[in-house]
Amino acid sequence: MDKVKTGGAVYRRLPTGLRYLINTALFALFLITITALADNRVISYSDSKVLMLIAVNIILAVSLNVATGYLGQLPLGHAGFMAVGAYTSALFMRSASAYPGQLMFPLGLILGGLVAALFGLVIGIPALRLKGDYLAIITLGFSEIIRVVILNIDSVLGFKLTFGAASLKNIPTTTTVFNAFLWAGIVCFIIHAMMKSRHGRAILSIRDNEIASESCGISTTFYKTLGFCASAFFAGIAGGLYAGYLGILSPGSFGFMKSIEILVMVVLGGMGSMLGSIIAAVALTALPELLRAFSDYRMVVYSLVLIAMMIFRPEGLMGSYDFSLGGLLERLLNRKSAPLIKEDES
Amino acid sequence: MKKLIALLLCVLLCFGMLSGCAGKGSDTIKVGILGCHTGDYAIYGLAVRNGAELYIKQLNEAGGINGKKIELVIYDNKADNAEAVTAFTRMVDDGITALIGDVLTGNTLAVRTEAYKINMPMITASATAAEVTYDDETGTLYSNVFRTCFIDPFQGQKMAEYAAKELGAKKAAILYDTGNDYSIGLKDAFIAKCGELGVEIVNEEGYSSGDVDFRSQLTNIQANEPDVVFAPIYYQDAGLIVTQARDLGIDATFLGGDGWAGVSGYASAEDLEGSLFCSAYASGSTDAIKEFEAAYTAAYGADTLNMFAATAYDAAMVLCNALKTVESSGKKLKPASDEYKQALIDAIRTGSGSVAGITSAGGYTFDEHNNPIKDAVIIEVTGGTEKFKTLY
Repeated sequence: MDKVKTGGAVYRRLPTGLRYLINTALFALFLITITALADNRVISYSDSKVLMLIAVNIILAVSLNVATGYLGQLPLGHAGFMAVGAYTSALFMRSASAYPGQLMFPLGLILGGLVAALFGLVIGIPALRLKGDYLAIITLGFSEIIRVVILNIDSVLGFKLTFGAASLKNIPTTTTVFNAFLWAGIVCFIIHAMMKSRHGRAILSIRDNEIASESCGISTTFYKTLGFCASAFFAGIAGGLYAGYLGILSPGSFGFMKSIEILVMVVLGGMGSMLGSIIAAVALTALPELLRAFSDYRMVVYSLVLIAMMIFRPEGLMGSYDFSLGGLLERLLNRKSAPLIKEDES
Repeated sequence: MKKLIALLLCVLLCFGMLSGCAGKGSDTIKVGILGCHTGDYAIYGLAVRNGAELYIKQLNEAGGINGKKIELVIYDNKADNAEAVTAFTRMVDDGITALIGDVLTGNTLAVRTEAYKINMPMITASATAAEVTYDDETGTLYSNVFRTCFIDPFQGQKMAEYAAKELGAKKAAILYDTGNDYSIGLKDAFIAKCGELGVEIVNEEGYSSGDVDFRSQLTNIQANEPDVVFAPIYYQDAGLIVTQARDLGIDATFLGGDGWAGVSGYASAEDLEGSLFCSAYASGSTDAIKEFEAAYTAAYGADTLNMFAATAYDAAMVLCNALKTVESSGKKLKPASDEYKQALIDAIRTGSGSVAGITSAGGYTFDEHNNPIKDAVIIEVTGGTEKFKTLY
């Protein structure tokens, strides 16, 4: 165990490797439990469907949080990247249906993510020269363009590619509770690691003060585009999982309201807090299902919950607080009452 | 104050969880009604919900099926595919035996794939796309899915037949919306049927959604002097087209599909005189429909009373008739079991010929793709109102 001497007191630090080990073990335990519960129908079939949707929404919220919470921009076109990822991965899975689905699925997801990131690059380079409201409007415009292109591309190409308004059907339904949460975990880890890295710090510095960070020699254009592309990449993966969950895609699912829905999750959870995004994604996906009993009034109740939240916690559920299990354990280790602290320095 | 509100919200949520546990009767059969009750297309979803609920209420009041009551599980899907699938699986967990829905074609396609996996009988009252019951890409027949509405191509065929046989048309022109699947579906079917019947298609003119000036297309049409002009489009465009055509001096009869309902408010009575369109339903045309409309208006008001309320009423009728057949077979099957569902599907397919629905008095017989074979209602615009002309 590492010990750090700070002004006479000894601060015990968990080694990074051990921290990762604990987190990985806990995540694996969670995955095994939830898969076992779903497979044995302890969690009902409909609840496992909701769980998959929750995993997809977690990825969406966490990925938008990169652009909104960490980079400090306000893009309103997240559904567009999701659509690109969904259609790319769906078309890939349809053409690769001769091969085992569970093997091809990760490839399809990564392909979807890469194509979405490419769109993120193309859109990000011009769009990120703008700030605030202007960026919001231009990204909104781009995501509508993506939707309209998907809707009408067939009549331009002259053959059936996306099937437009008639929906892309017969997509292999390869998303399961297990792989949905596995990918959600992987995405959260990559984003977490990225934000702790030198590049992540550069992205955070742009959010806090763009002029100051530029004067320190950080290439703001590069890092803004990087953050934006990363955000698009993960949205593309979420799109691929969504396609594998539904088995059918129509451009109408990726409209303006979908982008807003994801943004609401991020704002409600607290901008810049990954835990907040996750909690909000879980809550906002499960809430409409729990409120089914109110039938026609459930959307009113849903909106009331949102309004109440914003009145009483305008900074979001978690504010900018982020949970760290390692940090918590360290605090426990270093409590005044903990006997370990009295150990002799040797 | 904060705590109070937090507490209230918690209580609200707990109610939501508890309500799922209530009302488990052993002598009821559960039937799901799924559709978009909120959002842009709520008018269709509500019409379907109310129409089906009305019939089942009437049936329950009359004693149910052999003493068993039908319990409805009604869920909203916000016109969203993912929501439709979750709502449907929740219904399955609730123990439904059959489903009436979904409402919009896109949602129905998402739900039917799930329903097919577990062989859940489902009758849609409003999804008109042909691929809802038969996917020609993979050649899959979704044998568990039925419908009580027309499919899109059917209307084109009917209007072609009517034009050739009743109007004696020799030359037909077509004006359609290139950006609309419905319009294209009707147009293609019309052309194919005209080819069979020996009607010459002299023009096939397209326009883009949102156009308001059709004079160039109409001038082309006028040069060929067709007997009829088939315009499978929605009522706003139809009104503009008829007005502009009469301005140019085209005196051919205009024909349309069910998208024309309501056209009389969009062009003058003289211009529209004699125009014909087909529909599934003509308000007030028969005693059964009058009775239905009175009961519907009394229960839900007239706001949502449209064609789909009537087809949903029929869907419930077809379903309940099949439930009765299964219940009376003496096999004592358990509702929601696999055998019950299969028996129900067989009963719908073979035993619906005797169901005198309000939109199909001759009963419901299904073709090899589970689409109903029923008469279309031909509606004529005379004196500025849309009047029932004939069953065809």
